[in-house]
Amino acid sequence: MHIVVCVKQVPDTKIIKINPKTNTLDRKSAPAILNPFDAHAVQEAVKIKRLTGGTVSVLSMGPPQAVDVIKESVEIGADRGYLISDRAFAGADTLATSYALSKAMEKIGKEIPVDMVICGKHAIDGDTGQVGPGLARRLDVPPVTNVLEVSEVNAKENTVLLKRKLTSGYELVQANLPCLLTVEKEINEVEYSALPDMIKAAKYKPVVWTVDDLVNVDRTQLGLKGSPTVVGKSFTPPKPEGGQKLQGSSKDQVKKLMEVLQDKKNLLFQSSN
Amino acid sequence: MSIVEESKGVWVFIEQNGGKIEGVSLELLGAGRKLADKLQVPLAGMLLGDGIKSLSSQVITYGADEVYLVDHPVLKTYRTESYMKSAFHLIKKFKPEILLYGATSNGKDLASALATDLATGLTADTTHLDIDLENRLLEASRPAFGGNIMATILCKKQRPQMATVRPKVMKELEPDTSRQGKIFEETVELKESDMRTKVLKIVNDVTNKANLADAHVIVCGGKGMGTEENFQLLYQLADVIGATVGGTRDVVEAGWLPHHMQIGQTGETVSPKIYIGVAVSGAIQHTVGMIHSDLIIAINKDPNAPIFDSAHYGLVGDAMEIVPMLIEQFKQMRNAKGGEISYA
Repeated sequence: MHIVVCVKQVPDTKIIKINPKTNTLDRKSAPAILNPFDAHAVQEAVKIKRLTGGTVSVLSMGPPQAVDVIKESVEIGADRGYLISDRAFAGADTLATSYALSKAMEKIGKEIPVDMVICGKHAIDGDTGQVGPGLARRLDVPPVTNVLEVSEVNAKENTVLLKRKLTSGYELVQANLPCLLTVEKEINEVEYSALPDMIKAAKYKPVVWTVDDLVNVDRTQLGLKGSPTVVGKSFTPPKPEGGQKLQGSSKDQVKKLMEVLQDKKNLLFQSSN
Repeated sequence: MSIVEESKGVWVFIEQNGGKIEGVSLELLGAGRKLADKLQVPLAGMLLGDGIKSLSSQVITYGADEVYLVDHPVLKTYRTESYMKSAFHLIKKFKPEILLYGATSNGKDLASALATDLATGLTADTTHLDIDLENRLLEASRPAFGGNIMATILCKKQRPQMATVRPKVMKELEPDTSRQGKIFEETVELKESDMRTKVLKIVNDVTNKANLADAHVIVCGGKGMGTEENFQLLYQLADVIGATVGGTRDVVEAGWLPHHMQIGQTGETVSPKIYIGVAVSGAIQHTVGMIHSDLIIAINKDPNAPIFDSAHYGLVGDAMEIVPMLIEQFKQMRNAKGGEISYA
């Protein structure tokens, strides 16, 4: 079984700062990390490999320093890693990203045919969750998004049984292999790395491909040129009006709030009939 | 004619599960109505499923002028490939200029797959929609960069312009049963044997959820609560006033609360009658998820916390001191009301 996991290096959005004058991202303010959902995706691939045997590869697109998230994936237990890195990929929206990844995936599949692709539910910098299903379409495999559990891998029948999160509840889905999953954080706990994996990761040098290394690429579908969406403007949202801070000691403020709420009795205490 | 010129009309994907239309689809008909009126084009619902023709009248009642539908046994449960194939057929034939989806598991899944086959732009999890009338462009805005600022996304050269929209952000219209509309039914060839996925079982699991989206009163804790143990105080407050507890992304990432209790861009969007944010700083990623609450009360010891810009009433002080006082006061209020608090 050959599982390929797509991983992304993202700025840690919990720490990141916005320049209030230009409304742009101050990238230097945040450390670059492996997208947390992708760490769970790698872990799940490693768990499946323990059952079925095979190979776990990781694929990333990004600047040269994105090799760091591939190394981190190797620490979790991935066997090999590929980075596609080229100025031609820069500025890609989700459509152009899934195109570039699909071309790399085709090349990886020529080395070892791919049985399953796993992506994180979304990346914490873009929060879209659109690349996974898009990549599935391009590879012509069925996507199953928001997976909570890989319940069964049936290598004989070439199927997987999956628990997929719904808005209220979940569904059990059987999918034919090859397929593409996007996974929720609940799917597993990322385990502490084994020492041999850490040693391997420290020395690991991923395969790096530029656009020229990929085959049959339509360059008009890459990067900024291949992206139908553009950012029109960015802004801080308008503030709702009427806000006021209550004054005085904590006790005074609580007292004032209770007075306000007394005035809003209709809102707070509606009769049950 | 270019694809931009020949595409006309605003469409909403009508998500139904087991013959019941999702609330967010009705909300989007309300939002879509405004966009269609601005552009002076019809508003349509795109309805897919098995035995769902009768839902067309509801779609029209809630604001649509037209319904485009595919009714087929293979569409009984949502699956990316069968729904995508049906939607693709309708879109290619009737060419809408805008197509909106609820940002639900299925809505996002369908929109992402379709955007790829249509080679068009898709904006995720939008919280604000408008039209640039001069250029006839959809302005789809969403929190960006981890939710610290809002960005407006445009799709200038491809059609349809597509967006998924957060539930509970847009308002549905009052249903009007006198509204008339046209129904277009299309046949798409679908075979079960071609399907590469099967839905074996659907389990509705609402009991296990905090049900934040439907709560009338919410007490939301932020990272400023300091420790997981301090959340007990918020549960006590919630208990007294009959509220549901939620938390911010930081709190969930710290492991103090499970993900389904998260309020904000990557969690639940809520619009309760009363929202009480305790030690919540108020990053945009959070406030987009609660800004539609009727009454917002914020408690934070930092007088400059951004949450105070979003709050109707702000209390500046230590949560550990203020919350116990509130619990005491609400207890008195409750007792004065005969021991029962109810929210209609």
